[in-house]
Amino acid sequence: MNANLRSPLGRVLGLGAAHDGVGHWWLQRLSALALIPLSVWFVVSLLSLPVLDHATAVAWMRQGSSALLLALFLLCAVWHSQLGLRVIVEDYVHGKGTRTVTLVALTFAHVLLAAAGLFAILKVAIGAPA
Amino acid sequence: MSNRPLSPHLSVYAFGYTMTTSILNRFTGVGLSVGLVLLVYWLTAVAAGPIHYARASRCLSSLPARLLYAALVVAFCYHLVAGVRHLVWDTGRGMERPQARRSAWIMGIVSVALMLLLGALLWGKWS
Repeated sequence: MNANLRSPLGRVLGLGAAHDGVGHWWLQRLSALALIPLSVWFVVSLLSLPVLDHATAVAWMRQGSSALLLALFLLCAVWHSQLGLRVIVEDYVHGKGTRTVTLVALTFAHVLLAAAGLFAILKVAIGAPA
Repeated sequence: MSNRPLSPHLSVYAFGYTMTTSILNRFTGVGLSVGLVLLVYWLTAVAAGPIHYARASRCLSSLPARLLYAALVVAFCYHLVAGVRHLVWDTGRGMERPQARRSAWIMGIVSVALMLLLGALLWGKWS
């Protein structure tokens, strides 16, 4: 008799009960690694701006490299935030219905953040001068 | 089945180094997610033009917002250093209890130093 209830195929695929294996774990680490240089760049860039008025912010975001890095920073941060908050909800929200609703809301909110932020960056970076 | 033990059972543990540092990492992570909302608000304000930006920056330079920035500086520095510690753990190093306690102290000292540095730079710039 097979004492292990996992099928041979299941063991080979290695996806476990959540069906995505180590995907979540790996993406969390990958985004963490990317966020180290990106977040430090973001903080240093903000600090090196002389003032934070509209003209300065636009001039900063219209430089090719900063729009790209800002977009990367935003996407990695949103991604990392979604993965992290998801684990917290899975750990502490125990009701099945509440948990599902919270996770759906959380995902929608993060997609909205990413889309709105990216749209704003692109609008300033490649849009017509205001 | 509904009476199965659920993890994590926080109330049965005495507070220790690993638990405290881990919980702080989660708290600061949640705080930084709030900061992300603020960042996107600022980005959309820049994209919306000077008139909207002026209105948004009144809100973004109010006292509650400034207190939030202070909290974000603390959260960012801690989460950054704690994250590096986690990445080191992921390579299988430093998992023994004495090592983890030592790295908790190192992390505390480094993150507080970063907080003071970043806080001082921000204070000097926008006060």
